[in-house]
Amino acid sequence: MAATALIARTRDWAFGPILRGLLTGLVGFSLGAGFTAGVRALAGADAIAFGPVIFGGYWFGLAGWLLGVGVWRTWAREWLGMPVDWTMRNGWQRYFDFTTDHKVIGVQYLVTFLGMFFLAGLLAMLMRIEHLTGGQVLFSPSQYNYVMSLHGITMIFVAVAAVIGGFGNYAVPIMIGAADMAYPRLNALSYWLAAPVPVLLLATFFAGGFDAGWTSYPPLAVENRDGQILFNLAFITLGLSSIAGSINFIVTVTKLRARGLSFGRLPIFVWGVFAMSLLGFFFTQYVAAAMMMTLLDRLFGMVFFDAAGGGDPLLYQHIFWFYSHPAVYIMGIPGLALALEVITHFSRKPLFAYRWVVGGILAITALSAVVWAHHMFTAGLSDIELFFFVTTTELISIPTGLIFLGALGTIWGGRLWLRTPMLFALAVIFNFLIGGLTGIFLADVFTDIHLQDTFFVVAHFHYTIVGAGIFGLFAGIYYWFPKITGRSYSEFWAKLHFWWMFLGFNMTFLPMFWLGLNGMNRRVASYPSDLEALNVVASLGGFFLGAGFLVFLANIVVSWVRGPAASANPWRARTLEWHTSSPPPVENFESEPEVVGHPYDYGTPGAVHAMLAGAEEEGG
Amino acid sequence: MAAITHTGHDSRAINSMGLWLFIASEFALFSAFIFARYYLTGRDQPEELNIGLGYAITVVLLSSSVCAYLAEQAIARGDRRRFLRFTLAAIVLGTLFLVGVGLEWREAAHSFPPPDLYGTVFFSLTGLHASHMVTGLLALLFIWVQGRRGRFDAEAHWGVTGVVRYWHFVDLVWLIVFPTLYLV
Ligand SMILES: [Cu+2]
Repeated sequence: MAATALIARTRDWAFGPILRGLLTGLVGFSLGAGFTAGVRALAGADAIAFGPVIFGGYWFGLAGWLLGVGVWRTWAREWLGMPVDWTMRNGWQRYFDFTTDHKVIGVQYLVTFLGMFFLAGLLAMLMRIEHLTGGQVLFSPSQYNYVMSLHGITMIFVAVAAVIGGFGNYAVPIMIGAADMAYPRLNALSYWLAAPVPVLLLATFFAGGFDAGWTSYPPLAVENRDGQILFNLAFITLGLSSIAGSINFIVTVTKLRARGLSFGRLPIFVWGVFAMSLLGFFFTQYVAAAMMMTLLDRLFGMVFFDAAGGGDPLLYQHIFWFYSHPAVYIMGIPGLALALEVITHFSRKPLFAYRWVVGGILAITALSAVVWAHHMFTAGLSDIELFFFVTTTELISIPTGLIFLGALGTIWGGRLWLRTPMLFALAVIFNFLIGGLTGIFLADVFTDIHLQDTFFVVAHFHYTIVGAGIFGLFAGIYYWFPKITGRSYSEFWAKLHFWWMFLGFNMTFLPMFWLGLNGMNRRVASYPSDLEALNVVASLGGFFLGAGFLVFLANIVVSWVRGPAASANPWRARTLEWHTSSPPPVENFESEPEVVGHPYDYGTPGAVHAMLAGAEEEGG
Repeated sequence: MAAITHTGHDSRAINSMGLWLFIASEFALFSAFIFARYYLTGRDQPEELNIGLGYAITVVLLSSSVCAYLAEQAIARGDRRRFLRFTLAAIVLGTLFLVGVGLEWREAAHSFPPPDLYGTVFFSLTGLHASHMVTGLLALLFIWVQGRRGRFDAEAHWGVTGVVRYWHFVDLVWLIVFPTLYLV
């Protein structure tokens, strides 16, 4: 790419980029909607039908939004041979701009998706209020299903994007000794493409909501209220964002590693993000296809999933789960890898069986392509298909076990330093054990037929996705907080948050296993009253869990504003992000890093992972 | 100040790898719709499709790909005149292909009035492909205009290479879509 002339935008208002984006987005939407309505009028159809007009307007609106928020200034003008009017801002304003610094983008992802996490958490509170009694408390069944669906999809998006988008962006380039991602502008594009997603989800409220759950199976998703259309558009949009992000990570890790950093020396978190990007860049297209086919059925008279017209609703399930099973790993593995990273540093020991753990991650990556139909055991598969998918699914427990043993072997006999990141990392292992063991019953046809669509499933996936993914997210927040902000958080309040969250989490979700075993269905507003006692326990646990985040927020906000300054390497960890200042400068290192050893050689006297040119021996 | 590329890294190799990944990803998208075609309609062979026209536009599209290839070869040698001429030829042939698809659609709209199962797979697959054709044509138009303004030469023509590679990919997809819809 040609060197770009950077001209300072001296008098741009902080919210200028976003406002320009909204304006051009509105123009684009009007054009697209008008065009669609015009074509429909010419074809003799109802011109201003909500669905098609929103659909047509959305894509033009999205393009307009992206152009206005920054693509035009930083990118399109260069293509057209015009001078590029763009510079990076330094203060807080850069977080509201189309900024290419991967550290800024990481924080943008983190804050956005934490916001969505709290929003979806509030929705979960509402669901737990509804379940305080077996009868009706707050919602009609259809309102309940809207709250449940919105909670589900919002949390799914958080799980997909918070760790990879947040810490993948923030930490991976520094950990491999790069100045930035391979495509910094594409990286900014990924974030600003994800930004409309929460807006779309909230807008479903004004379009009647939707009630088909995060899986949104047809025929319901073809026939229900119009909020469903916005849901499908949101899923496609986040999909595009994660495809672009995945490609960026794959190329970054492949091409931009520091001198001496072979794949055999890659920190385990980088491995996790890299492997999940291999899933994300390819498989995400299938969920985009499934969402698109639903919209084609719904808006354009096609019959992919319409049995009456010769289509087949099962086709949706195949395509949807072909992505969404791998997506489960995209949600879980980065958090798990982050936990391994933290466990290694806080055990002061080499990561046990590093090569086997990496092999485990890669084997999961490969196997995840051939297990999808274990979500369809009750959908009427043939015996041969059942046999195949049970076998492949059970096979996954082998690589998963390798990762688990890697964690245990590292902890074993280690000098554990029980600071907050480590507590969260250990909780990941604990929760994941419960999530993994209960998964065995769902992987087996005989038990799954009984447990399918019950709260047992709800408990199981919360133990894996929240237990590993979200606990991993919080391990990362505390671990990298000093690096990101240059300040220290309060250890006391952080530990309080940990114990609060850990107890609240288990109190909420452990009873759900029993609820499911006793036949409580998921996705229902009311239930038999003999299940009330356990539901009350789960609800109280939920409220307790939710309240604990106030501690987290207070600690983080106060520490960020006026916590004591943090040193470059408060954890005395060895990976490259700790070889630079807190926070790191733009482009991360004052001089070029060179990797000379394994990242986890704790306990070996004189072992060095990396050196900066011109600096004395670092880390240790 | 953020550098857009990094010193010491081969930006062409980086761009090239990203494009290959993007193409692989797009292949996944097409494969979902191709899978849907076989899953839903098995070995159905509708009589109504105009196979003659199908063969004709396939030949047109292949010629377009050849022209794009020759254009890239030309700019790699620094021959701008030849580059511009073949790029323009690729654009014209690509547009001709889209006109052919339009004619095919007009016939198909009568043969498969909605809601119709074969119409569903036919219009979605050809529509998805046509939308990629439009993107590719815009990209070809872009390199043609830029080339006329003196951009690209024997040393620096990644833009051309990238667009032409994408164009070959879209053509290759048609070579799968065409038999899927017309011949199986
Ligand atoms: Cu699965």
